[in-house]
Amino acid sequence: MGKITLKSVRKAFGEVDVIPGIDLGIEDGEFVVFVGPSGCGKSTLLRLIAGLEDVTSGTITIDGKDMTELPPAQRGLAMVFQSYALYPHMSVRKNIAFPLKMAGVSPEEQERKVQAAAKVLNLGDYLDRRPGQLSGGQRQRVAIGRAIVREPKAFLFDEPLSNLDAALRVSMRQEISELHQNLKTTMIYVTHDQVEAMTMADKIVVLNAGRIEQVGSPMELYRSPANLFVAGFIGSPKMNLIEGAEAARHGAATIGIRPEHIDIGRGDWHGVVGLSEHLGSDTFLKVMADGLGTLTVRADGEVSIKAGDRIRMSPQPDKIHRFDKDGKALA
Amino acid sequence: MATQSSRLAARLTLAPSVIVLFIWMIVPLALTIWFSFRIYRLLSPDRTGWAGFRNYVWFVNSPDFWLAISNTLLLVGGVLAITIVFGVLIALLIDQPVWGQGPLRILVISPFFVMPPVAASIWENLFMHPQNGMLASLALGVGLQPILFLENYPMSSVIFIVSWEWLPFATLILLTALQSLSSEQIEAAEMDGAGALSRFRYIVLPHLTRAITVVILIQTIFLLGIFGEIFTTTQGGPGSASTTLPYMIYKQAVIAKDIGRAAAGGIIAVILANIVAFFLMRSMGKNLDV
Amino acid sequence: MARAVTPRRKLLLTASAWSVALLIFFPVLWTVLTSFKTEVSAVASPPQLFSADWTLENYAEVWQRSDYPRFFWNSVVLSVGSTLLGLVIAIPAAWSMAFVPGTRTRDLLMWMLSTKMMPAAAVLIPMYLIFQRTGLFDSRLGLVLALMLMNLPVIVWMLYTYFKEIPAEILEAARMDGANLWSEILYVLTPMAVPGIASTVLLNVILAWNEAFWTITLTTTKAAPLSAFIASFSAPQGLFYAKLSAASTMAIAPILILGWFSQKQLVRGLTFGAVK
Repeated sequence: MGKITLKSVRKAFGEVDVIPGIDLGIEDGEFVVFVGPSGCGKSTLLRLIAGLEDVTSGTITIDGKDMTELPPAQRGLAMVFQSYALYPHMSVRKNIAFPLKMAGVSPEEQERKVQAAAKVLNLGDYLDRRPGQLSGGQRQRVAIGRAIVREPKAFLFDEPLSNLDAALRVSMRQEISELHQNLKTTMIYVTHDQVEAMTMADKIVVLNAGRIEQVGSPMELYRSPANLFVAGFIGSPKMNLIEGAEAARHGAATIGIRPEHIDIGRGDWHGVVGLSEHLGSDTFLKVMADGLGTLTVRADGEVSIKAGDRIRMSPQPDKIHRFDKDGKALA
Repeated sequence: MATQSSRLAARLTLAPSVIVLFIWMIVPLALTIWFSFRIYRLLSPDRTGWAGFRNYVWFVNSPDFWLAISNTLLLVGGVLAITIVFGVLIALLIDQPVWGQGPLRILVISPFFVMPPVAASIWENLFMHPQNGMLASLALGVGLQPILFLENYPMSSVIFIVSWEWLPFATLILLTALQSLSSEQIEAAEMDGAGALSRFRYIVLPHLTRAITVVILIQTIFLLGIFGEIFTTTQGGPGSASTTLPYMIYKQAVIAKDIGRAAAGGIIAVILANIVAFFLMRSMGKNLDV
Repeated sequence: MARAVTPRRKLLLTASAWSVALLIFFPVLWTVLTSFKTEVSAVASPPQLFSADWTLENYAEVWQRSDYPRFFWNSVVLSVGSTLLGLVIAIPAAWSMAFVPGTRTRDLLMWMLSTKMMPAAAVLIPMYLIFQRTGLFDSRLGLVLALMLMNLPVIVWMLYTYFKEIPAEILEAARMDGANLWSEILYVLTPMAVPGIASTVLLNVILAWNEAFWTITLTTTKAAPLSAFIASFSAPQGLFYAKLSAASTMAIAPILILGWFSQKQLVRGLTFGAVK
């Protein structure tokens, strides 16, 4: 079980309200991603749930029990840190067994659970090594192993992949997703990378300046961002935002259209291609559009448009997002 | 960045250290303050009572007082100057590409292991003794009169001995700091056309600031209380020529057996030490990023 | 150093560095050499670096005239005991300063150090009386306590600087793993800080071994360490140099040898953890 509920959780460091007040429910077995730019309070929020920081006011309940005042050890959660935080003086085996040792589990039981975790994570050959002798990905797995053996109510991940190189990040991302499918335990995952959020989450919580901007499934956020912040944050490359006359024509202060929702060839929009990036599967064009500013447009991978070409474009009408002058989405 | 419970734990874990140190400081201090206002002479035990500020007045007006203060400052300042200047020079030398850096370090560090009474007695007897000391023999060997170090230059001799004891400390700290200076910085300065002296002035010396701060702070702490070296060698003499404040207090207490006056001197010494500590901590504390 | 140095230059530098180092070391060397001479050749003029009549007689006589093993054992007990006791009190304090720092942490540390600035002579009489009244005078326990308190600020400071280099996340991980404060310090912090703790122990054993004020004024016989042993050999007259040198060598040799063997750790410790 791992149902976590935050009720008007507020956190202030001295005079500064880092988190002015958050209400959030996380269902048992859900994979929730907290995403937002650095300094948005997502890590602080995770540390509040973990118990590594005190809340200034509000309550945190886990499975209906008020955990607000309990120390981290008694909350039944496990955490994987950005730096992995492995114990450098212990072997991999002892690292993974440490939470069991703290819980007073018998040595035989410890060994059994360590072996089981090692099997899941492919660490069998490394059990007697020290963390210093492992690669980044292996260290990451040890950190996860240490979390698994506790059989926690929920896993907390604090930007766990940010120290890995790009290729490893993709494969670890998949491993964590598979782990979630197998264990079906609640996971809360903090990242600033919207790709990680989109690919892994059941539910994304977009945070900005300590406030929740929007909560929803990845596709909900993609299809109907609640405001300009979410619109700009979710999706890659970023959504094009257009103000002025064109927006007014749609009855909005700002309109947004994603690069992949602009068709090339015909239409009322025209402009000069400034830069053409061929990725193979796609081509991204930077277009200086007349009266609209610079637009990013996704074209087919094989397209032969070059910088300096003049093209015509049209937005797919049903994919235009409209926002009022406060940045809120219009129905 | 912590929780209530960890802040509570922090207070509990700090408590033993703070409490024992506070007791260690406050109980003798309180007793000393008490004695300093009492008439308390071991040689005339029947005379007791309140002395008011007379003990303080006597101590401050005694002819040795200002001499003792200036001797104390001279000792601290002299040793600091000598150890830092020579420490930097020796550290620069050892940091050069030389054979046997390890053994060199062992030789240089050795005086630090010699306990103060031994250091003082080695210098007094084996080296500075006017008849049998090695320096006297050397002087006679080249046809000079032996110098009466401890008789004619007592403060300088004491400063010299203490400097010898503390030179290893200064040298090794400065050497450690030097070795952390990246050679790229030096090379960049060389490319910029800086000569050896300007490289030292603008690159090396600023890099050593923190280490020098540590040397000054730590040495001052130990030098303010220097006692054994004077006790072993000059006994504060000849006359009072090498009497420092701690030694003057010691003389009052142990030789004149006037506890009241010694206590008054003790309080004055504590006040002075605190003034020095205050300025030292204030000017150095920032440099230490503790 | 990436640059090549001409052999001539290196030879020159080596020669000057060794000359300076030998000059600094010479008084120690001279003392050891003198301890093996007869009293006559010890004061020979001109001085003889090596003398023809080597002898162990000085050591034999010093050994006979005083109870060296007792002084030695007291030195060991006092320096090691005070350092270990200091560690037990200082490790939790340094944990707190390094990982739960407050606005007053620096002031507290500076206050601790400033207690060391109080001249010992100033509080000699009260300390003497306190030790007499409590029965701690001339007892090992009393001296262990006094030396521990004297060095506690240094121990706390050094541990603090070493602990600060340990990432707080690792201790937080231990907390998440269910460790209480005690396990956190015992199983995670202390093992990780072993090199720093070793340096701290070494330096403080040396400081305590060489302490020569309280160890002389607060002892008579039972608890007197080597500093008192050497003080009893003071004021020698003329033909007494070889024996004085032998006694001096016996007083400093144990710590000198310890220091040489642990040189690397010690240099780290000597910088009080404040210089990298």
